[in-house]
This record gives sequence, structure tokens and C-alpha cells, in this order.
Amino acid sequence: MNTQDTPDAAAASVAAVEDAQLAAKQDSLSQGRLVWGRFIRHKPAMISAAVLAVLIVVSMTSIGIFGIKGWWPYDYKTTSVSINGGVPSAQHWFGQEDIGRDYFALVMSGTQVSLIVAFLVGISGTIIGTVLGALAGYYRGWVDAIIMRIADVFFVIPLLLIAAIVSKIGSGAIQSPWFLGIMLGVVSWAGLARLVRAQVLTLREREYVEAARAMGASSWRIILKHLIPNCIGTILVNATLATAAAVLLETSLSYLGFGVQPPDSSLGLLISNYQNSFTTRPWLFWWPGLIILTIALAVNFIGDGLRDAFDPRQSGRMKKRNLAAAALLGIRPVAVPTAAERAEEAVGNRPPSSSGGGVEPAVGAVEAAQEDRKDEEGKR
Amino acid sequence: MSHTRESAVRGEVVLDIRDLKVAFATGDTAKAAVKGLDLQLKAGEVVALVGESGSGKSVTSLSTMGLLPPNAIVSGSVEVTGHQVIGLPEERMRKLRATEIAMVFQEPMTALNPVLTVEQQLTEGLETHNIAYGAAARDRAVKLLERVGIPDAAKRIKQYPHQFSGGQRQRIVIAMALTCEPKVIIADEPTTALDVTVQADVLDLLRELKDDLGVGILLITHNMGVVADMADRVSVMFMGDLVEEGTVQDILYRPQHPYTQALLAAVPRLTDVALTHDDEAGRLEAERVAAAAAADRDVVLSAKNIAIDYKVKSGTFRAAEGVSFDVAAGETTALVGESGSGKSTVAKAVLGLLPTAEGELRVQGRDLARLKGREAKEARRAIGVVFQDPAASLDPRFPIGDCIMEPMVVHKVGSKADRVARAKELLAAVKLPADVLNRYPHELSGGQKQRVGIARALVLDPTVLIADEPTSALDVSVQATVLAMLKEIQADFGFACLFVSHDLAVVDHLADNVVVMKRGQVVEQGPTERVLHFPQEDYTKELLAAAPVPDPDAQKVRREARHRLLGLGAS
Repeated sequence: MNTQDTPDAAAASVAAVEDAQLAAKQDSLSQGRLVWGRFIRHKPAMISAAVLAVLIVVSMTSIGIFGIKGWWPYDYKTTSVSINGGVPSAQHWFGQEDIGRDYFALVMSGTQVSLIVAFLVGISGTIIGTVLGALAGYYRGWVDAIIMRIADVFFVIPLLLIAAIVSKIGSGAIQSPWFLGIMLGVVSWAGLARLVRAQVLTLREREYVEAARAMGASSWRIILKHLIPNCIGTILVNATLATAAAVLLETSLSYLGFGVQPPDSSLGLLISNYQNSFTTRPWLFWWPGLIILTIALAVNFIGDGLRDAFDPRQSGRMKKRNLAAAALLGIRPVAVPTAAERAEEAVGNRPPSSSGGGVEPAVGAVEAAQEDRKDEEGKR
Repeated sequence: MSHTRESAVRGEVVLDIRDLKVAFATGDTAKAAVKGLDLQLKAGEVVALVGESGSGKSVTSLSTMGLLPPNAIVSGSVEVTGHQVIGLPEERMRKLRATEIAMVFQEPMTALNPVLTVEQQLTEGLETHNIAYGAAARDRAVKLLERVGIPDAAKRIKQYPHQFSGGQRQRIVIAMALTCEPKVIIADEPTTALDVTVQADVLDLLRELKDDLGVGILLITHNMGVVADMADRVSVMFMGDLVEEGTVQDILYRPQHPYTQALLAAVPRLTDVALTHDDEAGRLEAERVAAAAAADRDVVLSAKNIAIDYKVKSGTFRAAEGVSFDVAAGETTALVGESGSGKSTVAKAVLGLLPTAEGELRVQGRDLARLKGREAKEARRAIGVVFQDPAASLDPRFPIGDCIMEPMVVHKVGSKADRVARAKELLAAVKLPADVLNRYPHELSGGQKQRVGIARALVLDPTVLIADEPTSALDVSVQATVLAMLKEIQADFGFACLFVSHDLAVVDHLADNVVVMKRGQVVEQGPTERVLHFPQEDYTKELLAAAPVPDPDAQKVRREARHRLLGLGAS
């Protein structure tokens, strides 16, 4: 195999070869770009991102937001005569509820609120969790002790209970989804803080952090420039998962009556309001339910995609590419025989190792490998 | 599986690798790791597989054990005592492992399970292979431990890995490899993680076992001294190709391939060491002292009787005590010692990362650890540092340019354009192309990263450079490049260098003065020529005798000299 990459005598040193490789390199990709490249190849995540984008755009533009009017002709507050018992029609896509309000407008308004709450929880919880976790991990000692004991308090008390109390207090003052979102964020940072703290604890021992300290960099610079950017994978993945959880948390709270209060609407509130109509007007339950499901699934898939993108070793999809790669190199791969082949071997008393030295087993093995791959894909 | 097994006949081929090719699928492309390797290993023989990183030597060892990761594509033939390993189903491969072929890993701490006793780990292999159970298995395990030289084996077998020293752990790993009497042992860098004196003992043990048990050992290493000490035959790999093979004398004395020649030329050698007491030393010392006093030295770093404490749960632990030395501009002082000697601790104290408990430590007349706030920051400008692990010392999210310019940013030196110009200047000094500025650390090799580390350390034109084992993570040829570069740059920039290392040969090339440390104490110090070539203290002699040299005949002489020295030391 003395192909073109065999070095000539002049370049017969590792250092020389490496320098030549470096000089020959054309494009330079940052870690962020590499991660992005892997992320946009992740199909479920990309589909989910598209679905979520459509949902956001439709919910915002249809009934409008911040007082701007949208393209949907009906308002979610005006009652009217229900046509044909409120069954979905070309006029009212999602039908009408019991007092004749247009259900599409209501669901879209609820979606807006649920999304706002979810993203606010995701963003505020992530910021608080990252900062507190990084401080705890970097300073250790009493700072760590105090922050982590506070986090423990949030861990031992059920989130739903804290959220209910907080939003009850809040609902007296400001009944807005914005307030609810931030309040929920304030109580749901503990998990991320623990993760970030753990990662910072290991990162702070890295030599580049020591180098920064030795050159006299301030603690803030080290935390903001060196530690947090290197936790970004954990933070982003956790933020999306927290957002998905927040959709469900907001739904549960609103369902229990602690969340968004009428006349504002949210998906959980809609389900709660119309749970009794489930048998008579099932669409009043299904539409908000489906949208909750869609948002939660989409955000979760995006989180999955991000995790795979940040840590490609976890996505066990390597084996698939082997055959193509083998062809590329002109190597005939020798794979582990499949179960069927093993059985055949046992029955037919085929010698366990042919002394032919890899040539004979290799032929059968390519087919075996293909079978293996089919099996695996079937299982998936 | 019967357990009355005849040991392999000496001279019988126990490992036969023919035209082995291994490639890895990464992303959408494949990378060839081994490009057609032929290698035969006979019983009772040591074949060294030599190469630097990326040569494919470790991939070869994994192929023979059937331990390649799932994205590997393999072709060719590997026969272990007549059994074809390539393509062998996992259950069958498992039966071969330990009974026919076993492995000794590089890092004994991670090769042993910390939550199981040594007994459990030694008998595991016997029981899974149906060779012995219960008390019988334990008896065999105790015998094995005695065999590998663990004293009081019957008692110690109940202990956990952390209760043994590093060298003893590696002995236990070797005992584990021997449990089922394999005919082939793959030793993948078995002594790289060990100190030189311990390394010499472990190599002695491996040599003994080979002679007594008649196993074939495939020794994978990058250390030419270890090759000279152990191997009968040598195969040299470079970038996946087998470039040269032959007897150890052929390869080390008469290398044919330019790569082998370059590799051997790059190995730092420590020659002309007088291990026996010599009057020459006294004369040299006196000469040196006179010369040093006469010379007008500009001392920039001085330590007087410093002691450094670490806080541990039960109070404090004194990591270094009574250490004194000084370094003048343009000079290099090396701190030498094995792990736990306190050499890195002293370097950290000089950096101001650890406070001194006693004594005086002054950089340009200022005690760094006692300074606060702005003064401390100012004083740190005068110190540059190069760390051991190039992979960890650059922030993976910073482009190289930002890494190099960071000290300037921290100390608010110059405008953006000035900083870029300075970074380019330093990249040129470490012989890297200017466009590296916008590349990221993961695109660079270890040696290149270490050169970036040197550039970063020099960006503020420091008066003191601290180099903490800067080349111990690098390949031999890369190490040679980096060391030569360091010497050249020191001549240009004129900084004082505190060089921390365990490698005496490297120190001999680089340092003007040497401080030999052991368990936090200074054993011997003085001019390099005196300390390393006419050592006075037994410990220094032991260190010098333990480091193997890449010369089979000379190494044999040294080995015997070391045994004599240790024998004398005992009496």
C-alpha cells in the first residue's frame, strides 16, 4: 500500500509531516462551526426545528401579537353563533367552543403564551443556573456550599409546588405570561447549576485555566472567557430540555388553575376549560393537546440533535459508514460473522479459522456485514 | 479448556501478522492507520514495535487482541498460536484472550479496578476460563504475586490497588496478564507512566518472565532506551507503514531507512557518566564555583530555603523543604526528580500559584506570592510559562491568535494591530506559518501546540520562563525540534529558564545548572556537567543508571552496573 501519502525520504520525520499537513490545510473550522455542521445533518432535529419555526410564525402572525393585527379574521375574545355545533370547518379551522368563540384564534393565543413562558423559563433558568453553577465550581469553599444548599432546597421541594406558590403570589400582582415565565425560571435552575458546577470543577484544573491564572487574568475573565464557553454543550442541551419541560410545567400549572389566568389563555388552560367537552366536542381537547405534544417533542429532538452534535461519539451511527469508507480505501473489510453464519458454521463444521489468511473469510464477511447492517437498521 | 497446557516451544512462532491493514471511518472519510504490516513473534522472544504517534503501533496491538473500535475496517491475517483472530466472533475471541494472548497496559492505575481487591482481579481470569476456582485460584494468584515480586503476597492480595505503589501496580497488571499462562503478551508502553528507577525494575521483571516462561512479548514503545534494553528484534513503523525491521543491533547501530536514522538521531543521549566516585569531580566543582563567582551573573530568580505546604484534610503536607537555587538571565536551571519529588510544586510556587510557607522566593527582587492586586498582576508580566500537556494548555475555543495574544489582552498591552503583529512575530520565531493565527487548537498536532504554548509564554517578553515538563508528552523527533527551538529562542530573547523535567538526557542538553530533588528535598545540585557526569549522591547515580540508553551493548553494561550499584546500596 505505498500510495501517495507515503512520505519521501526528505519528510521522514513526524514534525516535518505534521508541518506539511498544516501548511496544506485549506479551510479552518472553529469548534462551533463543526458542531453546527453536525447539527444541521441531524434529520430529526432539523425537521423539529422547521416544525417549531412554522408553529411560532403561524401563532404570531395569525392573530397578531403586541396589538398588531394578524391575518386570521376572528378574534379569540369575541363570541358569536356556533355554526353546526362548532365542528371544524373551512371557516373555523379548529371549530368553535361552547360560547361560539373561534377555537383557532384561542389555540393560537394559547400557543403564543405557552411558547413565551417556555422560552422565558429556558432562558432565565439557563442564565441563573450557568452563572451560579460556574461560581460554585470556580470558587468552591463556602460559595459553593451556599449555592449548592440553595439548589438542594429546590431539589427536595417538588417543582410543581414551588411553581404553584410562586405563581399564586405573582397572580395577585401581575397576571402576565412574562412574569410567570421568569418566575418559573427562577425556581428551575438547580439541575443546570449542578451540571455546570461539575464541569467547571474539572475544567478549572485544565492547564489553560492555570495558564490564564498565571498570566494574571481576573477570575471574571477566566469564568466568562474560558470556563463557560467550554461548558456550552452542556448548557445548550440542558436549556432545550428545560424548555421542553417548561412547556409541560406551564401546562400542568394552568390546568390546575395556578398558571395563566383568563382572559389570557394558554394551552393548559384550554385543556382544563374544555376537559368536560371531551366526549361531545373532542376537538376542543385534541387541538391544544396535539400542539403541546408537538412543541415538547420538537424541542426535545432539537436537544437530542445538539447533544449528538456536541458529542458525536455518543451517536452510535458509525458502523453504517464503514462499507463506503472501506471501498474508498480499497480495503476488503473482515467483519464479525452474523448469528446465522455462526450457526451455519457450527452445523456445517466449517473450520473456525481458514489458514488461507483472511482472504476466504473476507468474502463471506462482506455479505455478513451487509446482513448485520440490515438487521440493525430493522431493529431501529 | 484444559488447564494442563504445554508451554510453547522456544522458537515456535506464536504471533504471525501478515499484510495487516486497518482503517477507521471518521465522518464521511476513512483514515488508514496500518497500511500492510508483517510481523512474526516467536516464543521466548521480545519484538519491539517502535514508532511515534500516528504510526499505527497501538492500533496493531488492539487488532491482535480483537479490541478495535466498531468503526475500524480490518483486512489481512493475524494468527495467535495458530488461531486466526481477524473476523473471529467475540465469544471465541474471549476464549483466546488471557489463555493465548494477554495485554499489559500503559497506565496501571486505570488498568486495575479500584473497587475490587487484587485477589478478585487476579482470580477473575482463572474462574472465567474454568482453570481454577476458590482456594485453588487464590493459591495460584498468591504464587503469581510472589513471582512478580510483591513482598508478603498472601497478606497483600486482600488489598486494593490504591494501597500499592505505581511500580507494584504495574507488577500486578503483569501478574494479571500471566494468570492463564498466555503464550503472547502484548505490552503497550508498559513503563511509560512509571518513573525511571521503577521502569528499570519492571523491565527486569519482564525480561525474567520471558526467559523463565518462554512467552513471546510484543513490546510497543516509543522509547529507544527501552528497546535497547529489552528487544531481540525491532520493527519500526511510520505513519502506518513498516519502514524497517531487523535485529536490535541492526536497527540501533546500522539503521537503513532515513526515518529510523532521524529517529535515532533525535533521541537525547546521556553519555560519559562516571558512576563510580572520581576525584575529577572535586576539581570540576572547584573550577565551576570559581567561574560562577567571577562571572557577572544577572540573577533574576532566586529561592532561599523555601518550603511549600499543601493543605490536606488533616492539616498541611509539606511538599518541598529547604530548596535553594538561583537563575540568571540567559541561563537554564533544571529541577529534576521522579514523581512526588516536589519539582512541579516548586515551579508552581515560582509562578505564584502556591504560597511559600518558609524562606524567600524572589523574581526580580519581588516575592510574588506576597503581592496583592495590581502589583501581583504587574509582577506576573515578567513570568512566562509553558505547560506539560499541549492538548490541555490551549483553550479549545480560542483561535491560536487569541491564545497567543491573551497575555497582552489581560495586561492591556498595545492596540489590536500591535498584538497581531507581535503574535505573527512569535509564530515566526517558533517556525509556524502566520495563517495559523486563525486556526483552532484541534487542527494542530501536539508539537505544534507546544510551539504555540512557547509563543504565548514569550509574548510579553518575560524575564523568567518556566517550562514544566514541556516535552514529556511529545514524540522523540518532535521533542528534539521543540528543545532546539527553545534553546535558540533563549539565545535571542535572553530570558532565564526554570526547566522542570524527569528526563536526565534532555536536561543534560539544555541546562546550565541542575537541582536533583527527592521527596521534597534537594539531593544534589550544581553545574550540569558536575551533577550528571560526576554524581556524588547515590540517588543521582541511581537515577542516571536507571535511564536506559539506545545502545544495546552499552545498555547491557549499564544494566549490570545498576545491579551492582543497587547491590552495594543494600549492603
